[in-house]
Amino acid sequence: MSSPELKFPLELSVKSSTDNLSVVRNFIKSTALSLGYSNATVGNIILAVDEACTNIIKHAYKYSPAGDIDIELNLSTNKFIITILNSGIEFDPNLIPEPDIKEYYKQRRIGGLGMYLMKKMMDEVIYSKNKNRNQVKMVKYLP
Amino acid sequence: MADFNVNLRGVGSVSVIDVKGYLDAHTAPELENMFSKLIVDKQFKVVVNFDQLNYISSAGLGVFMAFVEQMRDNQGDIKFSNMNDSVYNIFDLLGFPVLYEFYKDEKEAVNKFSILG
Repeated sequence: MSSPELKFPLELSVKSSTDNLSVVRNFIKSTALSLGYSNATVGNIILAVDEACTNIIKHAYKYSPAGDIDIELNLSTNKFIITILNSGIEFDPNLIPEPDIKEYYKQRRIGGLGMYLMKKMMDEVIYSKNKNRNQVKMVKYLP
Repeated sequence: MADFNVNLRGVGSVSVIDVKGYLDAHTAPELENMFSKLIVDKQFKVVVNFDQLNYISSAGLGVFMAFVEQMRDNQGDIKFSNMNDSVYNIFDLLGFPVLYEFYKDEKEAVNKFSILG
């Protein structure tokens, strides 16, 4: 049985509204499934991308729904590469400490969990600048 | 569009919240509103039944962190039940089992409140 070949790069652009998180998840889901990952791994990739976009909506665009989030999916020999670009406020991932749930509990502070999950779910997570835009590149090794 | 639903039931003195569908940054405010309402109504003993929840992101987990202390300060708690493995894995990765009680079955979680009075 032959499945239709996906033509990479695949792109999706959405506005920075939380409403669009489900659109992003569906886009990632169909692509990741066609690459042959297990359901559990597909779930992990979806979560990592959701968390990345949620962070962009929350921190880069401060919940303004007018910002742009551009997602590009690429394949290399052994990697599925997800690149997410935004033009909001720059964010330094080094300022975010590893979450410690007991500390969070004491301080009633919520946050930092998303980035931690991204790192756990993906093989590589790299923050950088790309032509004045903020870029987060996430890699999952192909099955 | 994210499909999420939250429903409240009373089981004795315990409030059971059924969550259904996809709990993310878009739908988490619905759950937050439910917890805020419980606090206004002074209902501090809460079981969240995850039987029909397909998906959770950190925005959803944040809701439980935001409200649990208030519940505990008032002789209540937030306990979890009926979670599928993929949802439990996210809670586990973030260390929740150290601070929260998880039960296979709703009845077990509800009974835990009555044993303690």
